[in-house]
Amino acid sequence: MTRFITSSFSHLILLIGILIMVVPIWMIFASSTHTSSMINMNGLQMFLGDSFYENYLRVLLYQGGFFKEITALKMFFNSFIMATGVAILSVVTSLMAAYALVYYRIKYATLLFWIIFITILVPLELRIFPTYSVMAELNLVNSYFGLIVPISASAIATLFFRQFYKTVPDELLESAKLDGANTWRFFVDFLIPLSKTMIVAMLIFMFVFGYNQYLWPLLVTTSEQYWTVVMGLKMMSGSIVHRFAFVMMSMVPPILIIIVLQKYFIKGVFQDK
Amino acid sequence: MSFLDLKNVTKIYPNGTKAVHETSLSVDEGEFMVFVGPSGCGKSTLLRMVAGLEDITEGDINLDGKLINEVDPSERDVAMVFQNYALYPHMNVYNNLAYGLKNRGIDKETIEQKVNDAAKLLQISDYLQRKPSMLSGGQRQRVAMGRAIVRNPKIFLFDEPLSNLDAKLRIQMRLEIKKLQQKVGVTSIFVTHDQVEAMTLADRLAVINNGIIEQLGTPIEIYDNPKSLFVAGFIGSPQMNFLDGNIKNKTLSAEGFEIKDIDSDFEGEVKLGIRPEHLSQSENSLINLKVDLVEQLGSDNLVYGQLKDKKDFCYRCPGNLTIEKGADLSLNIENNKYYIFDKSTGKRVN
Repeated sequence: MTRFITSSFSHLILLIGILIMVVPIWMIFASSTHTSSMINMNGLQMFLGDSFYENYLRVLLYQGGFFKEITALKMFFNSFIMATGVAILSVVTSLMAAYALVYYRIKYATLLFWIIFITILVPLELRIFPTYSVMAELNLVNSYFGLIVPISASAIATLFFRQFYKTVPDELLESAKLDGANTWRFFVDFLIPLSKTMIVAMLIFMFVFGYNQYLWPLLVTTSEQYWTVVMGLKMMSGSIVHRFAFVMMSMVPPILIIIVLQKYFIKGVFQDK
Repeated sequence: MSFLDLKNVTKIYPNGTKAVHETSLSVDEGEFMVFVGPSGCGKSTLLRMVAGLEDITEGDINLDGKLINEVDPSERDVAMVFQNYALYPHMNVYNNLAYGLKNRGIDKETIEQKVNDAAKLLQISDYLQRKPSMLSGGQRQRVAMGRAIVRNPKIFLFDEPLSNLDAKLRIQMRLEIKKLQQKVGVTSIFVTHDQVEAMTLADRLAVINNGIIEQLGTPIEIYDNPKSLFVAGFIGSPQMNFLDGNIKNKTLSAEGFEIKDIDSDFEGEVKLGIRPEHLSQSENSLINLKVDLVEQLGSDNLVYGQLKDKKDFCYRCPGNLTIEKGADLSLNIENNKYYIFDKSTGKRVN
């Protein structure tokens, strides 16, 4: 009996936690399906209205910005390019950096790794002016390249891959060598397939990281053509239901990617067999 | 020049440890050579130098008439079976076997032919589509062997490949490796610390200690005629008994007995070595043994006990003799089969 009470009690706490997280999101969603006059008069809504298509379509296609050059659809496209670019580029560079650090006979490989690692302590915000001036010199302001490259060196992904490579037994490399595999073949035929789940996990991490960028895109784009979703959240004006609809839609891509790839994500981060 | 030639090969690690001292050795084509020695004696290092996985500090290695010191392991045409097999975990058995062939640019049909032949030879045809994690220890061992065989290399290198198997399987695989090597006829070097494995597999045996080949010869030569204290103690199971003694005027006096007219001019402190199986019970005995323990193996009994001076001693007798704990046995050395070693240098003197 006491067990029943304690377990119900802990379930109750968990339920409350879930409600605290889910209810506001639900209210925004429910409200975004009503007309704006309804919200203005009656406040936030708990139940769905009937203006879903009307509101969402208008948000997607509305020509926004000072020069009316950008739509929400275009922002999603920009964010997608940026997030995908950051994910792929950072995973590829970290894979290769980790490979060099672990398998090449670099004299101060450990020291070098820690130098890479402490860049975690130097966030983009700290180096934002020099980074911007580099991009400006290279004429990369207002380009996807400029959005993606400066935030694509990931010390955390390098750490993950390095630690994983260190657990790969030496005999595997030796055996592959005797089987005629050169440095490149060992990387492609062994390390990449072996770290497949980890690669997927890192792709998700870095996609979300890239998607969530706010300050850097704000700085490096002056043309509305390159606005991203997260920038758009700040820039949005107009009626409250439309803003709610945009907020709801902005959450979709990261959630979608996690749902689709969550099997790999869990495996990759926690490395269970 | 023989097939594989090691000339004054030396390995010094960057931290200054000398793992292999100037070692010279020839292996003939088709020969099964075994390196045996305690762990850390340098036998694996020597093997890995042949494979190209360790740099050679000094000396030359010639394989099939070609100097291979600077040749990359992938170009040496050697195949190695590792202690933990080092199978490729993400590839199925077929691809494990085929990988080395693919890298050599062999066409698909030939690869398939070769892999299937090797699989048939090793009786792993049914598992070709499985991943290594779905195989038992013995099957993994076979796949590792298959990976070596399929490439038809100049030389097979085995680095303690049986030590991860249970006792029964080890004996079975030992037989299979020997049979297979005879069938395929490829020159092989096998590294082990297990002297029974060494004795049963080898055409010739190199007993290695502290980076030096102590003795090289056929298993039976080494068993019958050990040249040093180390070899005598290492080869043979149970181990040879060693007693302290002294030689003066061709007479060896040990604790409690004397042997006259020995075949040696050596004088001074010695170790007398007697194998447990070279003893028998007799009336006019040399050695008196007080029995502590009897191990009955069925065919043999191993009798452990102590001599007068409390020295441990072992005697191996036929299994049909019943010996009680606490009994006093009088033992004689059969056919003068004893070995005398200089106590200071460990060298054989008779």
